[in-house]
Amino acid sequence: MELTEQQIQRYSRHIILEQVGGTGQEKLLSSKVLIVGAGGLGAPAALYLAAAGVGTIGIIDADKVDLTNLQRQIIHHTGDVGVEKVASAEAKMRAINPDVKVKTYHQRAKADNIREVIRGYDFVIDGTDNFPAKFLVNDACYFEKIAFSHAGILRFDGQLITVLPGQTTCYRCIFHAPPPADAVPSCSQAGVLGVLAGVVGSLQATEAIKYLLGIGDLLTGTLLTYNALTMEFRKVRLKRNPECRLCGENPQITELKDEEQIVCDLKDCKR
Amino acid sequence: MKLIINGKETDFSDGLTVGELLVEQKVKMPEMVSVELNGQILRRAQFESTALEDNDKVEFLYFMGGGSGIN
Ligand SMILES: [Zn+2]
Repeated sequence: MELTEQQIQRYSRHIILEQVGGTGQEKLLSSKVLIVGAGGLGAPAALYLAAAGVGTIGIIDADKVDLTNLQRQIIHHTGDVGVEKVASAEAKMRAINPDVKVKTYHQRAKADNIREVIRGYDFVIDGTDNFPAKFLVNDACYFEKIAFSHAGILRFDGQLITVLPGQTTCYRCIFHAPPPADAVPSCSQAGVLGVLAGVVGSLQATEAIKYLLGIGDLLTGTLLTYNALTMEFRKVRLKRNPECRLCGENPQITELKDEEQIVCDLKDCKR
Repeated sequence: MKLIINGKETDFSDGLTVGELLVEQKVKMPEMVSVELNGQILRRAQFESTALEDNDKVEFLYFMGGGSGIN
């Protein structure tokens, strides 16, 4: 791949970096990243990866833009309310960078479709909003052997970890299975500082770019936690769990299944 | 005894179990917490039977959703 004059200008601030250079930029342009969820985490990740010139960006989400999303899901604008999230996200990514090929999947990630969707991508970003989906992404990436970034946010806290399946600590090594539905904070109790999604989603995009370029130290075997009130970042080292039901010594999960859990929808909880 | 919980040193009475520590730390929903003790992730069934010792490093790891829905 040869960079055009336009591209050399567009990506000049990358190319000037010793660790990226023209070769690194070409690598990004030929890379493929899939974002699961066009929500709070997926929004900044999609925008930055598009701006960075990641050649193919896939995005999967079954929802439509809702007014309550706009407080944090910065890829969607006021005029997009009611529009499919993947279509809204695609339009913004294309507007930022016509170099990027965007693939949209207007569907819910489920056990019977996710492996096909993620296959062929170099890296996956988990920007899902519920626990069954997070386990599904973890397990699917394990079976397809695709590196991914897991993240979660709640109120003023966020955390993320990068997983190289079969090599480093996975989500199931830490959290064995989705919590019982009645333990999950109800919609009215939970909330999230909008900008927190931006911080954590941008960190996920950073991990994707580093992975694609093969530079720096990834958050593998390390959960990075962040609290917006104290401004404290902590790295928690987490070893692989030999008892992990997925990647441990005696795996019990040998095929992809949907984990059952009731997911409440913010819209239904407004009182 | 001294425990290091999520990086912070705190004093506790001797012989506390992980389960009791969760209560003492006012963790409202233990189902939403995973516990790492000295670098080892514990099974939930081990919480009540695991006694803590001086200088143990405990990490409470919380389930967090994200993105677009319940959070
Ligand atoms: Zn594992």
